[in-house]
Parts: sequence; structure tokens; C-alpha cells
Amino acid sequence: MRNPQLNANGELTHLLSTEGLPREVINHILDTASSFLKVSHRDVKKVPLLRGKSVFNVFFENSTRTRTTFEIAAKRLSADVINLDVTRSSTAKGETLLDTVDNLVAMHADMFVVRHAASGAPHLIADHLRRLGRNDVHVVNAGDGRHAHPTQGLLDMYTIRHYKQDFNNLVVAIVGDILHSRVARSDIHALTTLGAAEVRAIGPQTLLPTAMDKMGLRVCHDLRTGLRDCDVVIMLRLQNERMNGALLPSAREYFHCYGLTPAMLALAKPDAIVMHPGPMNRGVEIDSDVADGPQAVILPQVTFGIAVRMAVMGILAGN
Amino acid sequence: MTSPDAEAQCAQLAELIRPRLRPDTVLVGIHSGGAWVARRLREILELRNEIGLIDVSFYRDDYGARGLHARVRPSSIPFDVEGRPLILVDDVLYTGRTTRAAINELFDYGRPASIQLAVLADRGRRQLPICADFCPWKVDLDPALELVLSTDASGRLQWSLAENAHA
Repeated sequence: MRNPQLNANGELTHLLSTEGLPREVINHILDTASSFLKVSHRDVKKVPLLRGKSVFNVFFENSTRTRTTFEIAAKRLSADVINLDVTRSSTAKGETLLDTVDNLVAMHADMFVVRHAASGAPHLIADHLRRLGRNDVHVVNAGDGRHAHPTQGLLDMYTIRHYKQDFNNLVVAIVGDILHSRVARSDIHALTTLGAAEVRAIGPQTLLPTAMDKMGLRVCHDLRTGLRDCDVVIMLRLQNERMNGALLPSAREYFHCYGLTPAMLALAKPDAIVMHPGPMNRGVEIDSDVADGPQAVILPQVTFGIAVRMAVMGILAGN
Repeated sequence: MTSPDAEAQCAQLAELIRPRLRPDTVLVGIHSGGAWVARRLREILELRNEIGLIDVSFYRDDYGARGLHARVRPSSIPFDVEGRPLILVDDVLYTGRTTRAAINELFDYGRPASIQLAVLADRGRRQLPICADFCPWKVDLDPALELVLSTDASGRLQWSLAENAHA
């Protein structure tokens, strides 16, 4: 089957998911990101790579933070960035997703950064562009439903590589609401491709998808067992709506069983790093002493995220 | 063509530069060939200042046609560019486009007092108004050929010719 993210020459033309991304493509993105990281430390935090290109942030679902990181990344590449709050305009007036896209293509968009509540929406747009023959227009998935959030997955890989260098011997624990988490899926696919030794999925039965073991994961319902001797702990955000949906008794109960406290973290390797995609719920999934502690790399993740998004956009726009 | 000794050329290039050195002069090598040459020059000239290294991938004018494929190495400019006399070092000067990109990048670090250009080889056939200040070897080659500087097993610099993939 054709990989919808690659063009006829096997080059990355859309970023839709970390699933099926060849290892060399992931490594190329991460290597390029490390060069962009240096750009953000300079007096002039800009390179002229995407000068004259128009990047449209099309967010069908609200996310100020993710939209802002893409906006910063695009601006540091010298692109023109147009933010569209489509939920309040086109969609509210009844326009279909693909009609919105056609309109923006007619305005000479070069790249779409798409966030949508429906899994597969960015793929639908990429497929539509291919049928139109517009191989010069690129799509970046900025989060679709429960499916994927590939730039978050890639920035997590960048962070792990930065602190641990090599994936071969790593034990990575992903803790929390994996069922609803597109971040977890993107991390799992990328970790598998990069050859992590063991990936553990830790959480209550109600928040873990079934058949996780078929993805090569080790499933744990007990945080103590799951954290033992791991190198990387990825905490997921617990969304408040899960509490109302009867999947969990209460936030306090959740923290008691799955909250990352210093005592729990002590079960992991002494040099284990703690990651979180943000925004954090202190006292729900993570204790403040851990979030602000020496093992947390949550703020470096944010910094790396800009460089990784610059790399993704830089590579896509050139293919 | 029998290739001249690249190590001997580094020594010649150093002697061309020596009379023009100022105490605060710093060398900036362009990845990857220029970086090797800059390291040699720093040794021969016994410069105490650290050298800078730049990768011009993000400033190239052929990005639209070629994209970002080659491995990009991080630029590192471990000194304040503002007011410094810089010598930009590359292995081969040809169309002048790499030099243009490098100058643009350097200005994003600050406003240098001056930039001079030192290269091991000048192939002529410029496409931009750029010339070398220091160069020990002028050579005219078929545009279908690429002049490549590399290091052998013992780390010595050597020249070779390859088919130019982009000609």
C-alpha cells in the first residue's frame, strides 16, 4: 500500500502520523531539529528557509498552546502565518472540511497545520490534495481525535534522544489515560520504530485500550510494578471530562493510585527522566515535587518542540 | 588531473593569511570541507581564538529545488560576532552561492567588522560578484565534475573528482 505521507520519490510530503514513518525519516527530522535548536539561541531567531511561503493554521478544535508553537516555528522559518479559527467561522456556517481547504488553496496556501476532533481529518485533506494534483501543498497533523499527534511524538523522541542518546536499551513507561491519548499512540509507534527495548502502558483498565499487548507493549495496572527500573516516564494528562464519564471514581483516587510522587519515581532508575506533554494537572497525575524536581524535563520538551516543528515544516516545504 | 597536496595547500593558505591577521581575528569554517581547512589553519597559525562552524543549509538559494535532504550539522559560533574581523573559510569557491549564504547567516549573529574569504581552491565560473581574499590554487574544471575534499584513513586532507549530481 502507498504510504500517504511520502511522495513518489519516498520523501516526506505530509506528516500525518508517526505510524509507518521510516526510521531514517524520523532520524532526519531529529537531526535537523538539533540544528534549528541553535537558531532559537541566536540574536536573530530566524532563518530565511520558508520566506514567501504561507502556512495556514487550521484548528477545528481549540488549542492555543499547540497553535502557538506551530506559529512560532513557522515564523522562525520566515513563513507568513495565518491563523484560522474555523470553528467560529466556516464550519459554523455549514461549510464542509474540503470546501474550506479548497478555499484556502485558492488563496495560495503552501502548508496546512490541522487540528481536528475527528481522527483521520488531516489524512482526508492530504488525500484530497493528492487528487487535485497539488503535491506542492503540505499537511501537518497537529492532533486528530484519538488517532495521532505526530509532532508531539517526535518532540518526545527528540527529548529522549537528547537525554539518553540511544533507544536500544531503554525501558519507557507511559502512564495514564492511554485510551484517549493521541500522544501515547504517536509515542508508541515512534518508540517501536526507533527500537526501544521495552514500552510499558500503565493505567487503570478503564483507560487502557484492549489488545495493547498486540502492539508489543507490556501492560501494567499497578504503577509500582510498571515504574520499576524504567529509564523514561511519560505522564499523560488526565482530562477532567473522564471523571464525569464514569471511567474514574475521582481525581483524588486517581492520584492515590497513578499519581507520580517522589516515592513512586524512586522505583525507576535513579537517572530516569520525567516527561509530560502539558498542560499538567498538578496533584492529579503528577506531584508538584516531581514536576519541579531535577528529573523533570517538561520545560525542555517545550523548547525542543519548537525546533522539531521547524524541522518538520522545513523538510516538508522542500519536498 | 593529478590532484595537488591539500595539506601543503593549507600551509600555503596559512602563509597568505598570516600577514593580515589581527589579534581578534577569528576563522569561520563552512561545513564540512571548510571546517577541516579552518581547523588546519588554526593549528598552523597557532590561533588561540576558537573557530566558528556554520552549516548554510537554512540559507541556501536552491532550497526550493532541492529541499532539506543532506544531513544538517548545527552551526556553532562560540564568540560574539559584533565588531569582529572574520575570515570565512571554505574548501572550494565556485558559483559563490555558498559564500553568499554563509555571509547572510553570519549577519544573523551580529555585525562583524569585516569578512574576508579564504579558500583552498578557486574553480572560477562565478554566478555572483564574490571573490576570494586568500587562495593558493586556481583551477578550471568541467562543470560536470565536482571537486571534493575528504580525509583519508590517517586524517590527511585529500582532493578527488566526482560526477556532479546536480550539474
